Amino acid sequence: MADAIEPAGVKFNLEYAPALESTSIVKIDAEYGLFIGGKFVEPKSGETFATVSPSTEETLARISSASAADVDRAVKAARKAQTEIWGPMSGRDRAKYLFRIARQLQERAREFAVLETIDGGKPIRESRDVDVPLAAAHFFYHAGWADKLEYAFPDRRIAPKGVVGQIIPWNFPLLMLAWKVAPALATGNTVVLKPAETTSLTALLFAQLLQDIDLPPGVVNIVTGAGATGSALVEHKDVDKLAFTGSTSVGKQIQRSAAARGVPLTLELGGKAAHIVFEDAALDQAVEGVINGIYFNQGHVCCAGSRLLVQESIAESFVDRLKNRLATVRVGNPLDKNTDVGAINSAEQLGRITELVAAGVAEGAELYQPECSLPDRGYWFRPTIFTNVQQSHRIAREEIFGPVLSVLTFRTPEEAVAKANDTQYGLSAGIWTEKGSKILWMANELDAGVVWANTFNQFDAASPFGGYKESGFGREGGLQGLAPYVSLSSPKRGSR
Amino acid sequence: MNERLDVQKTYKLFIGGAFPRSESGRTFAVHAPDGSLIANVASASRKDLRDAVVAARSAQTGWAARTAYNRGQILYRVAEVMEGRRTQFVEELCRCGVKAATAELEVDRAIDRWVWYAGWCDKFHHIAGTVNSVAGPYFNFTTPEPTGVVGILAPEKPGLLGLVSRLAPALVSGNTAVVLTGEASPLTAVSMAEVVATSDVPGGVVNILTGATHELLPWLLGHRDVNAVDLTGAPDLEASVVAEAADNVKRLIRGEPDDQSPYVIADFCEMKTVWHPIGR
Repeated sequence: MADAIEPAGVKFNLEYAPALESTSIVKIDAEYGLFIGGKFVEPKSGETFATVSPSTEETLARISSASAADVDRAVKAARKAQTEIWGPMSGRDRAKYLFRIARQLQERAREFAVLETIDGGKPIRESRDVDVPLAAAHFFYHAGWADKLEYAFPDRRIAPKGVVGQIIPWNFPLLMLAWKVAPALATGNTVVLKPAETTSLTALLFAQLLQDIDLPPGVVNIVTGAGATGSALVEHKDVDKLAFTGSTSVGKQIQRSAAARGVPLTLELGGKAAHIVFEDAALDQAVEGVINGIYFNQGHVCCAGSRLLVQESIAESFVDRLKNRLATVRVGNPLDKNTDVGAINSAEQLGRITELVAAGVAEGAELYQPECSLPDRGYWFRPTIFTNVQQSHRIAREEIFGPVLSVLTFRTPEEAVAKANDTQYGLSAGIWTEKGSKILWMANELDAGVVWANTFNQFDAASPFGGYKESGFGREGGLQGLAPYVSLSSPKRGSR
Repeated sequence: MNERLDVQKTYKLFIGGAFPRSESGRTFAVHAPDGSLIANVASASRKDLRDAVVAARSAQTGWAARTAYNRGQILYRVAEVMEGRRTQFVEELCRCGVKAATAELEVDRAIDRWVWYAGWCDKFHHIAGTVNSVAGPYFNFTTPEPTGVVGILAPEKPGLLGLVSRLAPALVSGNTAVVLTGEASPLTAVSMAEVVATSDVPGGVVNILTGATHELLPWLLGHRDVNAVDLTGAPDLEASVVAEAADNVKRLIRGEPDDQSPYVIADFCEMKTVWHPIGR
């Protein structure tokens, strides 16, 4: 479109014509079994549950609920595969399997993206441009490590942990699967994975993909179900390592169980990231960064920039800019390629967001929501900005995991650091300033595993991700992300 | 009648750079293999442990803010001062029943281990940190940072070398430590504290508590201002006690009592990743 000049007296219509992504590429079965030992099997319990689309509330399929007996079956299959096939296999061949997975994910990217959006409610633009390409990249990246581990851990004897139990959340279902499965397989472990109960479908499609690439049976097993299935996996006596991504409260329960038995564990838990904007920032870019930081994926992001700390001198005008920008954010059908904010993942999560936002109003913060129409069916929440927020407010302390931004102010860099670090969490932080030395000083001072400076919400397979403090421990991605999946011991030494 | 009567030493706790007795007034007796009394050593209480954590927390930011070069010189200074007291350490091990040749070897290795770790302060970032080649126009690097305040359960054997093997790597990156040494090797633990106290290590960076580990451990694992606990010295623990660590998502470290490796330094670290766009 050529540059248009608005004729006097004519208002541009900002409504976009719908640009719906076709769903014909996706075929959803009526019912799914558990993926154990390379096959889809019926659960011993015989129990199934419905999975619904959060944007339409339609039932998409029935999913098997794995009982403790099913989990046991999966662990046994994983153990057999680890001992007999995957552990003894050369790194070169493990690498080739992982490369196959990466390529298949790329080839079927559109199918995975559409299914992810139908099942989880996130905008197709995000599942298409972020989730699925990053998932493929994680497999591609880790494939290359499988036959090079001696360079990752020089001067150590390296062994796989064995059978790893992995539990993933509903906010990035396929991507979290990739973050867990790729490093585990590259290092010679076999996997029992439990997807979140509201978002199992891409994991089950992934299982079909594994059949297509002839991955040996039992190397990856997928047990669907709710919390009880997860508990059975955590408590299982023959699991050598556990990895969990999810809420801090569930993470603590898992750590209690794992620590008591000495089972190695990595946790990627909640966050309450501070997004810090200085008066000398490139403000237009900062506005985009802050909007992306909290409304990306409906705010269902553990590293979301949910606390905006803006320097007092520019606070008023910056909040005005945010409100203006928010007016153009499009909320609605996640299958529409124009959509910025999709559906809230579940009725339960919508309830939690609603409750915390009500608490924010009750505690005296000032609520702002743009005028926008929401679909009649499905789970939706208007993008929200709270001003006049105090450090003590629940909306400044608790993870909301929704499209809700709490705005606080500061005067000096020291005050920004003190406020940013005044939280139980330590997953991520954002800094906006054009002054390089201030960026590096802030990056040093902030208690956060990932610091984004003049950008936000960037992810990469080569870049380690994970938290400080109660946001968990262990890293995913990069060289540092391999360590949790190997046992290292000192080589036999002479006199030293 | 001319034989000189020796001056006996009082073995006390080491908290915040000072040598207090236990606030509880308790001690435990240490005997030689022949049954004779060597010393009544202070037996730390829950209050002493909490005081030690406060001291360690107060010292942490300053210790981490020292340059790596400076931390390296200070840890090397520990080795220098320890070398000067080499005979004393050997004697203390021998008094508790260790054979002379074994004691000498252990002390020599402990001193050398301080030297070895001192040299890592300004080098382990080369090994543990990375510059990451991300698929976009960003400069991206990962660097290790100290975890904060760490609790260390010193291994019972080898008593002196085990203590140094776990304490020194924790200090390299800028952690401060509260060490529980138990009741097995209190003489060398207290002498180690005296060496630390006279080696330019700021007060509170190292705190050493002698006494019953099983009594102190639940308070250490449950303490919300302790970021990590090294369980290498305590392989068998009551399950319910260790579970307390989950209250503030403590890092639990399990290593080898006589290992020396940059991987041990990294075990006491957090990894921080920083992104910045590249552009004009």
